[in-house]
Amino acid sequence: MRGEVLLKRLFMGLVAAFLAAPLVVVAGVSLNEKRRLLFPPEGLSLNWYAALFADEKWVAALRNSGTIAVLAALLSVSIALPLAWFLWRYRVRYARALFALGVAPFILPPVITALGFLVFWTSVGLYGAMGATIVSHGIFFMTLPLVNISLGLESIERETVEAARTLGADERAVFRTVVLPGILPYLVSSFAFVFVLSINEYIVSYMVSGFTVETIPIKIFNSLRYGYTPIMAVVAVLFVAVSFTVFGLMARNGRLLRILGRH
Amino acid sequence: MTTTREPQPTMTSAAAVLPPDAAGDGPRGLRQHLPVLYPAAMLLVFFVVPFGIMLAFSFFHRVQGGFYEPAFELDNYARFLTPLFVSALGFSILLCGLAATVCVALALPFTWLLGRSSVRVQTAWLVFILSVLSLSEVIVGFSWSVLLSRSAGVSNLLVALGLAAEPAAWSPSFPALLMGLCYVSLPYAVLVLYPSVVRLPSEITEAARTLGASPVRTFLTVVVPSLRRAVVATLILVFVFTLGSYLLPQLLGQPQHWTLSVLITDQAVYQSNVPFAAAIAVFLMLVSLGLIGITLLLSERGRA
Repeated sequence: MRGEVLLKRLFMGLVAAFLAAPLVVVAGVSLNEKRRLLFPPEGLSLNWYAALFADEKWVAALRNSGTIAVLAALLSVSIALPLAWFLWRYRVRYARALFALGVAPFILPPVITALGFLVFWTSVGLYGAMGATIVSHGIFFMTLPLVNISLGLESIERETVEAARTLGADERAVFRTVVLPGILPYLVSSFAFVFVLSINEYIVSYMVSGFTVETIPIKIFNSLRYGYTPIMAVVAVLFVAVSFTVFGLMARNGRLLRILGRH
Repeated sequence: MTTTREPQPTMTSAAAVLPPDAAGDGPRGLRQHLPVLYPAAMLLVFFVVPFGIMLAFSFFHRVQGGFYEPAFELDNYARFLTPLFVSALGFSILLCGLAATVCVALALPFTWLLGRSSVRVQTAWLVFILSVLSLSEVIVGFSWSVLLSRSAGVSNLLVALGLAAEPAAWSPSFPALLMGLCYVSLPYAVLVLYPSVVRLPSEITEAARTLGASPVRTFLTVVVPSLRRAVVATLILVFVFTLGSYLLPQLLGQPQHWTLSVLITDQAVYQSNVPFAAAIAVFLMLVSLGLIGITLLLSERGRA
């Protein structure tokens, strides 16, 4: 029994080390005094953090990524919510097809969806516009809100809905008083997921508007290719810190495990 | 794969999720259909139409200088069937199949052990995994190339500990690329497996343990078979996900390790040959759909 526990700890520890290794690297690079990274590292400083906010181009990339992520997440949730609700509320024949369509962008290799967006936006003459990237991300990531909100709707008890109807509530009132409060945490988490994935997405942003709208991942890749700077590690550290805070807060009110599928 | 009564994988396991149970009647009239019109229209305009255009482009004729004219010719597909691209296709499938297998082989025991931990431990782990998920592929590629480099990598640590004679450069290479792909897909795999694993009735494993099976044996003979559907869904998801990876092959692999995703992007963006890029993309889609179909078929037959 004891060997078992030890083996389990060892395995979990190795997975943790594997997953944490890149975090250690970016943290090290971001705090390294010199531009070049050597082992063992020399000197500790926060200069690169100051450099990020002093550099207009990096700040512009941050603003681009932030704007795209917020609007794409709103769009994604706004498409997924009525669809999920409709499929939950009514028995319709084409429900499956619509659901499959909503899930499709996620189960195709991303590069294919990205190329589809490229030819589409070129055809309608909006290639290179930030709006094109926002809509593309909104569609590309809508699978997550769709699945997540459906999960939330499933957790609403039918009896409560029936009771509200019996008391004379119409569709709108039922939605406002029973459905919406029930799925609110799922809406918030859907928004968070799309936001986090959108802000880190590369291939779709690159194909749709890579040469005109520089997002953070594009800027990082360019800086790797054409002139390395530790600022990219600073951005990565900040992004991980933001995600950690967001998901940590979701965990604090105890709903995270349920949202991720635990009963 | 959607007609199971086994616990439904959720979250990112889009591939295996059913539409929720619809209760009650069908919608009547335009008024009741109104809520579904907006999402349906959005998906139609911004997903189905782009797909149709891409399909049409794959038959277009390319004119010198990055332009193309409407046509119906199979030249783009014929051009794909040259040794260079066919071997790239074979390599991509091999690489991503291997990555999916390794990743799931790691994720499954991990998720199972995680599911048997206390709620506190589970929450901490999942917050950590979601944070790792938010690492951009660029950063993952960069970090691992640093970790595997000669100047600042892990090999220096081995030298310092006296385990190796001198530091070595382990990247770019095939193992480095394979590991990078496993790294980016591991969080997804865990999140997809998690719901099925935590909903697995504990009586199943207890019975096996009572009968004297060792933990490893219980895991292999009881847990894995009862999670079969979730495992297959995860394998497919990781396979497709890694097939689409564009940055890692460039950051952790050598040019001969570039997958079809890199070639598609290269053709579309740098060679301005969208028709040919579209043809490769259509081909890649057909191949991945075909492989998914075969996998599902085999797993169905295995059940019977």
